[in-house]
Amino acid sequence: MTAPLLEVRGLAKRFGGFVALEGIDLDVTSGERLGLIGPNGSGKSTLVNCVCGTLHNEAGTVRFAGQDLNGLPAHRRTHLGLARSFQLPRPFTSLSVADNLRVPLLYTVRRRSLLISSPAELDERCLDLLRQVGLDGKARRRPSDLTQVEMRKLELARAMAAEPKLLIADEAMAGLSHSEIEDIIALLMRLSAQGITIIMIEHIMRAVMRFSQRLAVLVSGRKVADGRPKDVVNNPDVVRAYLGQ
Amino acid sequence: MRPWKFSLLMLAAGAGVFALALAIRSDYLFFAGYVVLQFIVLATAWNILGGYCGYVNFGTAAFFAIGTYTTVALHKIGTNSGRYLSGTLGELLQPLFPLSVLTLVILSGAVAGVIGLGMGYLTLRLRGVFFAIATLAMAVVLQTLVINWDFVGGSRGAYIIRDESLPVVGFKLGYVQYLFAIMLLLAAVAISVARLIEGSRLGYGFATIRDDEMAAEAAGVPTLRLKLIATTISGALMGMAGAPYPYYIGYVEPAGTFGLQYAVNSIAMPMIGGTTSWAGPLIGAVLLGSMQQIATVTISSAVNLLLVGVLLVVFVVIAPNGIMGLVLDWQHARRKP
Repeated sequence: MTAPLLEVRGLAKRFGGFVALEGIDLDVTSGERLGLIGPNGSGKSTLVNCVCGTLHNEAGTVRFAGQDLNGLPAHRRTHLGLARSFQLPRPFTSLSVADNLRVPLLYTVRRRSLLISSPAELDERCLDLLRQVGLDGKARRRPSDLTQVEMRKLELARAMAAEPKLLIADEAMAGLSHSEIEDIIALLMRLSAQGITIIMIEHIMRAVMRFSQRLAVLVSGRKVADGRPKDVVNNPDVVRAYLGQ
Repeated sequence: MRPWKFSLLMLAAGAGVFALALAIRSDYLFFAGYVVLQFIVLATAWNILGGYCGYVNFGTAAFFAIGTYTTVALHKIGTNSGRYLSGTLGELLQPLFPLSVLTLVILSGAVAGVIGLGMGYLTLRLRGVFFAIATLAMAVVLQTLVINWDFVGGSRGAYIIRDESLPVVGFKLGYVQYLFAIMLLLAAVAISVARLIEGSRLGYGFATIRDDEMAAEAAGVPTLRLKLIATTISGALMGMAGAPYPYYIGYVEPAGTFGLQYAVNSIAMPMIGGTTSWAGPLIGAVLLGSMQQIATVTISSAVNLLLVGVLLVVFVVIAPNGIMGLVLDWQHARRKP
């Protein structure tokens, strides 16, 4: 049996007296499409933040590709192949759309001397990535010129530019229309077909059920279910968490 | 344009300005020009941390003073080398003294750079207004140290006696002309460094820190390391700007060297010119610095800070991203279909 790409054991995080995560165990194997769901405040984003290094967990371990991530800053985790998109798009507003992708290319893929100027060959790579998400016509625009769905695509493209082994898409479809959601699902499916392991955090169950091979559910900072999507949505604990007693 | 070509162009422009100033034959031009050039260096240095990375530093005067007092200390050691340079190491160092102004500039830059790095380690986990307050506090602490450091004159100040002129490659050059030339060189170096950073991997990293540090980390940017680089470069350039000052002014004392005008001008100049490009601080420093020099001779030097205030209010209202921001917005609007 191959070792999981991401291995979370006993993860715990508190904010003062509030327990955000407690004893989370989660394995994600290479190439898998995992859906991570849970009601608001269940700890999904906190888990992502702890895995990606934005927050530091108080207990437990996170291993990625066999390496212990505890204590590693977020950028080092990105270098190892762990990329994420944010729940609310956080583009680099002073840079053009293409330059937003140039940053992860320069800092994760083509790491060279800090004073070397951006090589021209990166232009083609940026355009290629933008083409994949349908933003190639807006390469020289600023992010402020983009629509909501374009901003989400830019967010995903920036994560893709880091050439990740594991991509965590945090509510990449929130606030989008039906056709826009289809666009994002198709994009994530294409990335999965390229061999990228994907964790999708989402509230839109239709999208989650279509996309996920496996589903994990968090409720009040604990994992209450983990398994095949059809089984998980019928799990009494999950039904109780979503619909009440 | 490649960075080395740009640097050569800057040096050529500097040589051109110097030749023009020599042709005009006005001592005042060199006196006033030195101050404007000094502010070009300070504004460009401030902009590397404040403009490119978005960390507002109120401690410009402290770094400037580090340069100034490094010069004062080394000048004193040089003029009393028999007294201060004793022992084997002292005898080895004695032939190096008195140090040339250029050497003092380099040494002051190194000292200010190291202190900038240390300041970065202590303060860069703070953001926004807290970082700004920390830099202001650092300036107050350093001023208190200098006031109580008798070796460099303490609160009573220190006199630096220099020659009226000196020979430079066969020419007899007035000392202020010589200092003007050094400050021109420093301005060219500072602008070249800023331009080099802008187009490099470092520049992209700085821009992401300014825009969103969390997203920058997620994109693989080592934000803390880059901020430390920024504080070091910025501090070093500010220290270099302060190094020739004792020779220019002749008498330095803490109240003047840690003066408010350094902190205020080095922030206002990039704000007026624009903080996202090397040209912004240059435009702001030339515009505001020249206006202040003109106001000094036509009205009073007391008007200087008033000028800064009025111009800042005007630019915050009309062009919050400065003159370069107006130009870039215009270019951006033209690109839109």
